[in-house]
Amino acid sequence: MEPLFEGADWSFTTLQRIHDACQEIALSELGLDVYPNQIEVITAEQMLDAYSSTGMPLFYKHWSFGKHFAHHEAFYRKGLRDLAYEIVINSSPCVSYLMEENTATMQTLVIAHAAFGHNHFFKNNYLFKTWTDAEGILDYLDFAKGYIARCEERHGQAAVERTLDAAHALMSHGVHRYPGKSKLDLRQEERRERERRAHEEQIFNDLWRTVPAGPSKSALDLGAERRRTVLGLPQDNLLYFLEKSAPRLQAWQREILRIVRHVAQYFHPQRQTKVMNEGTATYVHYRIMTRLHEKQAISDGNFLEFLTSHSNVVFQPAFDHPRFPGFNPYALGFAMMQDLERIVTNPEAEDREWFPDIAGSGDAMAVLRDIWANYRDESFISQFLSPRLMRQMRMFHICDDPARTEGVVVEAIHDEAGYRRIRRQLAREYDISWTDPNIEVVDVDLAGDRRLLLRHTVVNGCLLQDTAATHVLQHIADLWSYDVRLQEVDPTGTVLKEHVASPRAMTRAA
Amino acid sequence: MNIVDRRLNPRGKALENRQRFLRRAKGVVQQAVKQSLQSRNIRDVLDGGEVSIPMDGMEEPSLRRGAGGMRDHVLPGNKTFIEGDVLPRSGGGSGGKPDKAGEGAGEDAFRFVLTREEFLNVFLDDLELPDLAKRRLTETEHESPVRAGYSVSGSPANIAVNRTTRLAMMRRMALRRPNPETIARLEAEIAACEEDGLRLALEDKVKALNAKVRRIPYIDPVDVRYRRYENEPKPVAQAVMFCLMDVSSSMTEHMKDLAKRFYMLLYIFLAQRYRHVELVFIRHTDRAEEVDEDTFFHSPATGGTLVSSALEAMRAVIAKRYSPEDWNIYAAQASDGDNSYSDEAATERLLKDAILPASQYFAYLEVGESGRESMSHSALLRLYERLRAEGAPLSIRKVSHRNEIFPVFRELFQRRQGHEKAAS
Repeated sequence: MEPLFEGADWSFTTLQRIHDACQEIALSELGLDVYPNQIEVITAEQMLDAYSSTGMPLFYKHWSFGKHFAHHEAFYRKGLRDLAYEIVINSSPCVSYLMEENTATMQTLVIAHAAFGHNHFFKNNYLFKTWTDAEGILDYLDFAKGYIARCEERHGQAAVERTLDAAHALMSHGVHRYPGKSKLDLRQEERRERERRAHEEQIFNDLWRTVPAGPSKSALDLGAERRRTVLGLPQDNLLYFLEKSAPRLQAWQREILRIVRHVAQYFHPQRQTKVMNEGTATYVHYRIMTRLHEKQAISDGNFLEFLTSHSNVVFQPAFDHPRFPGFNPYALGFAMMQDLERIVTNPEAEDREWFPDIAGSGDAMAVLRDIWANYRDESFISQFLSPRLMRQMRMFHICDDPARTEGVVVEAIHDEAGYRRIRRQLAREYDISWTDPNIEVVDVDLAGDRRLLLRHTVVNGCLLQDTAATHVLQHIADLWSYDVRLQEVDPTGTVLKEHVASPRAMTRAA
Repeated sequence: MNIVDRRLNPRGKALENRQRFLRRAKGVVQQAVKQSLQSRNIRDVLDGGEVSIPMDGMEEPSLRRGAGGMRDHVLPGNKTFIEGDVLPRSGGGSGGKPDKAGEGAGEDAFRFVLTREEFLNVFLDDLELPDLAKRRLTETEHESPVRAGYSVSGSPANIAVNRTTRLAMMRRMALRRPNPETIARLEAEIAACEEDGLRLALEDKVKALNAKVRRIPYIDPVDVRYRRYENEPKPVAQAVMFCLMDVSSSMTEHMKDLAKRFYMLLYIFLAQRYRHVELVFIRHTDRAEEVDEDTFFHSPATGGTLVSSALEAMRAVIAKRYSPEDWNIYAAQASDGDNSYSDEAATERLLKDAILPASQYFAYLEVGESGRESMSHSALLRLYERLRAEGAPLSIRKVSHRNEIFPVFRELFQRRQGHEKAAS
């Protein structure tokens, strides 16, 4: 095969040729299934921009994005941190950003990684299929941006900012964790908001304002049980609860909560599949680049350049390394994918014992495609982390229990007795329903002072970080408009700690 | 596949968000700017700069687990441990063990690069020259002509030729003024014509055309346009700032440094806020001289001290170049307070009779040794205090450490409520 390019320079025709060569390998040799690709060439500054608004090309305005921009920029200017080589967006067409500064080799790597690896994962993984709407997301973000800008015109930047701040603080508790009855459809979502607005305008009758309000009966009648059922309690999606039930929110505030909730939901699968997503993309780019080199589409020099970047990406420092950042999802994911390939094509006795279903079945890509479609980090690790890889990475499990005075105990190491325990524990670390604190709305005193009661079910004695919890609770109180109490309760039901917050005056007035 | 070149998209998409962030962080940024000024060379300030903003001032809270409780971790890179080993907790706190990813609150502070404008805006926020507008601003308006379209009347010098010929041509075409070529062609036809009847008809036609040419002039007075100018009044805040500094041997390097910093702040402040401000640098020992900025700040001198000499020099410069009628006059004097006893009467007289009546504002900065709070009041200070008690527009501050310069400067030039003068 003709070399795709020479040296480091690239042009748009080169990009086209690179893409076509990668596509050839990705589709016919690896059997990937991808959304149509859109490749956008951007500058470093634009990359910083994209970074700061959670990687989305269009996003509403908020100061926190300015903060993140400044943060990234400062690091980048000082040379402390490189920019990511790419950003890829889970949309259809799948948008990959390429920086103009990249060399031709890097562009090939990025196209293989993002436009085929991530793209395939987005299109096929069950979490993304269930929770995201790739066709609708860009339109929806456009709608959100316009809606929030209009709110700012109508209600003032300060009021909108307060609502957004509060919503952002609750973002991690604004997702439905279990699939509901219907698939998310953001286009419909946007249309429904318009219809709601039109309907309200139609039925608006100023006379209703003058109807004398008698003493409220309904609240008194409700028994505690029935009240909780009506409100859908307990509810762990705090944003959803506030959007639906906060008594004094304006319609536009509810819509903002809804927008933030949809954005949170859209990113929810990404949080649960870091290792798999990056592992997939890294594995795919490695396969494609190697194939291109075999076909002599890229030169030895270019391939060496690729290998340097690749090994930087999958570098995993040991725990005692001064800059140990925890597990590198690229390293762990890539190692697991390669390990799976080995198990499928060239298993040892141990692998046959541990993975009877796939060991030696021969078609590595078929097995991997199936895994990419049907697992998330937690289930992936708990089923496919092999003893061999645990030995290779020399994993060990430690437990730090404050009740034990002497120190940190090594619970398990990479030996026969420890494999399963290490694997279970590592999987658990990627289970966000385990790592995120479990907080629910449990009751509202509708008959009395309308106080909202939240409960944090404490696991292993890990309480919430105090100041942050106070601040978030303040935001909740502002949205709820009445007092809020958060109890931290251990499994036996003992209340370990209580936070309370009252709404601030300015939000009441708003 | 689709390739899109987004490099030409409008830049600075983050600008709006950045400004929102700055607006929100105003207090924190102000504090950070103040702190960064203490540690850096003031000249660098004009280059804008980097400030570090504590993250906790701008945090975005979320519900997450704090320290404490039982923790399990899987880590890579075991070399020597076996099951059941007990490792010492790494020092400091409840967490124990090496840093864990995804835990902890992130960075304590981050560096934020402010542009020059942003930096100076924050730095100079709330500062202005006292009473600058009071005396002459309203009267001293400088008028300058500004183009304001076209008019049908005006002086011949202002004829807008292009516009006029354009209008003339429009009118000629609209009224169908015959063009010279048509007439010339007809006349040629007449000359060549053999038949009388036809020639007569042609001659009539030419006559009619010529009449029409006369009726419809090439340029008509209604076509003429003049460039119109309007005088736009521009307020001019004329001010001169006198920098007086004692450079005698009693002033240590430290004191000079303090004074220098004060003037530098003043310099930046003036350069930023006002366009028409002049600076006069006067340094003195027992005799005074007007010097350029560089000499003022950097060249050494020794000798005795006579404050009156500087004031006298200032008076002379005012008389020569800056008539109090036309200029707002400000002065800032830095000194260690040393003055020869015999000079006091002269100083007072000069201040009372010449300087203070001419000045809008006079700031006196007494610099002292670092770490030594001077208990006694110097003679000069007592003199100024007495004058102020009598209602002179004077401000007096004592400074002995460079950290104090900025707050003092701020205080001296704080935007004031009403016309309250020089609070102590």
